[in-house]
Amino acid sequence: MRIEYTGLSEIKGSLVALDGVKGAAYDELAEIYLPDGSRRRGRVILIDGERVVLESFEGTSGIDMESACTRFLGKPMTIALSGEILGRVFDGTGRPIDGLSEVYADERRDINGAAINPVSREYPRSFILTGISSIDATCTLIRGQKLPIFSGAGMSHNELAAQIVRQARVIATEGDDARFVTVFCAMGIKNDTADYFRKDFAESGALGRTVMFLNMASDPIIERVLTPRCAMTAAEYLAFELGYHVLVVMTDMTFYCEALREFSSSKGEIPSRKGFPSYMYSDLASIYERAGLIRGKPGSVTLVPILTMPGDDISHPIPDLTGYITEGQIVLSRELAQKGIYPPVSILPSLSRLMKDGTGEGFTRADHPDLSNQLFASYSEVSSARSLATVIGEDELSANDKLSLKFGDELERRFITQGMYEDRSIQATLDLGWELLSILPRDALSRVSDKVLDEHYVQLSHKL
Amino acid sequence: MGNNTEYYIHGINGPVIKVRGGRSLPRMSLVYVGKQRLFGEVVSSAGEESIVQIYEDSGGLAAGEPVYPTNEPMSVRLGPGMIGGIFDGIGRPLQIIESMAGSFIAKGINIESLDETKKWAVEVQVKEGEDVVPGQFFASCKESEMTEHRSMVPPGLVGRAVDVKPSGEYTVTEPIFYVEDGRGARTPVCLSQKWPVREPRPFAERRPIDRPLVTGQRVIDTLFPVGKGGCAAIPGPFGAGKTVVQHQLAKWSDADIIVYLGCGERGNEMTQVLDEFRELKDPRSGRPLMERTILVANTSNMPVAAREASIYTGMTIAEYYRDMGYHVALMADSTSRWAEALREISGRLEEMPAEESFPAYLPSRLAGFYERAGFVETLSGTEGSVTVIGAVSPQGGDFSEPVTQNTQRFVRCFWALDRSLAYARHFPSINWNNSYTEYFNELIPWYSENFGEDFTELRGRIMALLNEESSLMEIVKLIGSDILPDDQKLIIETAKVIREGFLQQNAFHATDTYMKPADQMSMLRIILRLYDGARGLVAASIPLRQLIDTGIFTVLERMKFELGGGRPASEFMELVDKAVASVRRANA
Repeated sequence: MRIEYTGLSEIKGSLVALDGVKGAAYDELAEIYLPDGSRRRGRVILIDGERVVLESFEGTSGIDMESACTRFLGKPMTIALSGEILGRVFDGTGRPIDGLSEVYADERRDINGAAINPVSREYPRSFILTGISSIDATCTLIRGQKLPIFSGAGMSHNELAAQIVRQARVIATEGDDARFVTVFCAMGIKNDTADYFRKDFAESGALGRTVMFLNMASDPIIERVLTPRCAMTAAEYLAFELGYHVLVVMTDMTFYCEALREFSSSKGEIPSRKGFPSYMYSDLASIYERAGLIRGKPGSVTLVPILTMPGDDISHPIPDLTGYITEGQIVLSRELAQKGIYPPVSILPSLSRLMKDGTGEGFTRADHPDLSNQLFASYSEVSSARSLATVIGEDELSANDKLSLKFGDELERRFITQGMYEDRSIQATLDLGWELLSILPRDALSRVSDKVLDEHYVQLSHKL
Repeated sequence: MGNNTEYYIHGINGPVIKVRGGRSLPRMSLVYVGKQRLFGEVVSSAGEESIVQIYEDSGGLAAGEPVYPTNEPMSVRLGPGMIGGIFDGIGRPLQIIESMAGSFIAKGINIESLDETKKWAVEVQVKEGEDVVPGQFFASCKESEMTEHRSMVPPGLVGRAVDVKPSGEYTVTEPIFYVEDGRGARTPVCLSQKWPVREPRPFAERRPIDRPLVTGQRVIDTLFPVGKGGCAAIPGPFGAGKTVVQHQLAKWSDADIIVYLGCGERGNEMTQVLDEFRELKDPRSGRPLMERTILVANTSNMPVAAREASIYTGMTIAEYYRDMGYHVALMADSTSRWAEALREISGRLEEMPAEESFPAYLPSRLAGFYERAGFVETLSGTEGSVTVIGAVSPQGGDFSEPVTQNTQRFVRCFWALDRSLAYARHFPSINWNNSYTEYFNELIPWYSENFGEDFTELRGRIMALLNEESSLMEIVKLIGSDILPDDQKLIIETAKVIREGFLQQNAFHATDTYMKPADQMSMLRIILRLYDGARGLVAASIPLRQLIDTGIFTVLERMKFELGGGRPASEFMELVDKAVASVRRANA
């Protein structure tokens, strides 16, 4: 029988301090029993001699200093795992909230996980077809990649994420089930948003292959800090124990980071940029870096976190630190969204660091890298032509600048724009890309060799 | 390390542990913490209490658990067997950790950096009775096909060699001979030696920097070279291509040994280096690049305290090979993560924060690191160098933040990566207006001899053209390029050839990824030949459009691919002359 400690010495925010505790372990779970029979769970975050500070997952309101009883459980926070978690819905700390029974655990795992040894990693190379041209051609998703969506309030990131979940599949890998199971992790989002995803998964028949961890906007922030860890633990288990290809969608990382900030300031830590804690980089990395492939294991964890950039500012600490950890980013643009373009993927700042090794001959099509290179280069000239046009008027532009404008408009209207249920093959996407590039004069395509141009450049009779 | 100890854990805050129980422990000494014996280092002591930072996750440690002091500084064992290996931030071999613990890194594995069972075929060079001095080579063995490992008498050891073993097979811990000092005390000397990582290894004297690190990257070799033994910084926002530049330098630069330090970066990048460097061949020796490469990895999800230590571990390994007389290049990706680790620990120690809550000692720590680079005469009288290439990841891509600013004070070569160039997929995205090198003047004699007497002049003209272009572009942005007179249009067209044909280099292209200095020089000559010829036409009032319509500018933009593919430079020279002559004839 473990010792129970009666009474607390301090309550501050979601933190609780006890004195006279012997032998508490760092990161250990504890339970606080209240006189009304209810129970709060917490975790040890600081030990100083016999003083122990706990963070309470469910908050501290209603706790009475005198009568609360605390018991230390002698183990870290774990969640129950088995193949049965597919199709289930859990709260932010991994307790079922779908009205069904507890999961019968094949295994319990520490939600903090352990770092994958870089020696054991396998470098990701398998192309994931999302059927979305702007992603497949210029910002290719690779199995085992972590590729966030940088969005802003009010843009269609949820629709885009749902479309990726619906359409994502691995092409041309022999003998393995090329479909994904999905781990959906909600942090601080509204009920409507969670409902949107749930409905969408149900309609596409994906619900049975989905695990959901939901921490809503009204749920405690400490729980929010644990939610992505629970989700990644489940994903690792499904991938590396059971051999599934797992696609993890997290939304919204901005609310997670804000929870981290709130929690950090309640601990009295020295704040860094914009008040976020100085360890936010390591903290985010401890979540994101759990994605990947392991040599000799069949499964994979692909991570698509969504974050809304406060004030659409890409240099804000949240997108900034995320971009330094993840392997690229899909950036949505307010300007395109206002033009009514879906998905409003801004091609130039979007980047997939892994695409160079997962596209081209043997993966997609030999001309893919050349095409995407040239699309970037040509599209980057569109904006200077546009700004020149606003100064001197479109009529005064040189012929090449006029073609550049036309190319830009058509690219946005035909290539980037597509329906929410439109699933384009990689062939269609690449051919469309070449067709659009052919609007430009052939010698303006300096990134591509003559041989490739001979094959793909289309002679158009009327350019303007 | 015994099992009895009076020290115990008093408090825990993340990786910062308060230790009590006896008189305070010596600062910077190594301790093992808790029942799991986690590796830690004493960072400060006061009275009865010592503060320890541990290099592993502190979850599960409990107050009252024992702490075992060693009273030794944190050291790494140096010797044959490091080449081709990958080590964590405190020098533990990750390959062996994998074989012990599986795919996920377990805690409390305390093993040495070197395989102590492997036998090396050693040729012993020291003679019985010979007087030996520190740094002297006493034995050699083949560490990889490419690298001869020269074992050295450890610093501080002077005396007579006795009991010398014959050449043969030895492990890294078997004594090869003993050093007997004046009083008859004997110290065994083996193939490996320990060195405290935070202390610079000694050398005879510094030498002036007189030659560049040749990298095969055009923008670096011709515009912004770094000297062997110098320091360069690569600052850039995310996605600007810092890591690709680092990888390119690690692959193609003409250093003898590469130490690649992945500090707080992505796990997949280390995997990529491991995979790729086994496949890729060194352009000089034709051997796999891994045979000259050592990796030190503390990925972003590995413990943060070990990140702080990792750059010293990497530097110590680099200095050790320098002492053998090698030119070593240390790639540190990224020093910002190291600075952030410093900040995180400083915050937990409740130190007074300075700018952006980095600790006030950030500049002195950075200086201490970069000053360990240098071109030196080693203790054994050979010459060797450590060149440091440090990536910097400024928050929000803003170069005025403390890490970039302080780094700029200690490096003399600055390759500023640019987000807008990266968006246009101009790689390497080194911005020619913001970057600089202070080494160039010292390197002029080398360049005159190896690149050609006219190199300095050509480089100056290229820089001037780029400079003029950027001021002209201000006008073009407002009124378009059609209005400009032909001589200014020519500058813009030529600068475009320089930018797209010369400065841009495709790291993933089979031949363009590396360019020989001679070809770089030819390109400069050809581009300027076209410029001079065209200027002659413009002076004769012949419209520039006619020359552009010959397509010669486009040909030069793509010339790099063909030069690399083996087409001789002279052909392009002829093409330029022909194009200019044909336009002139048409207007005669």
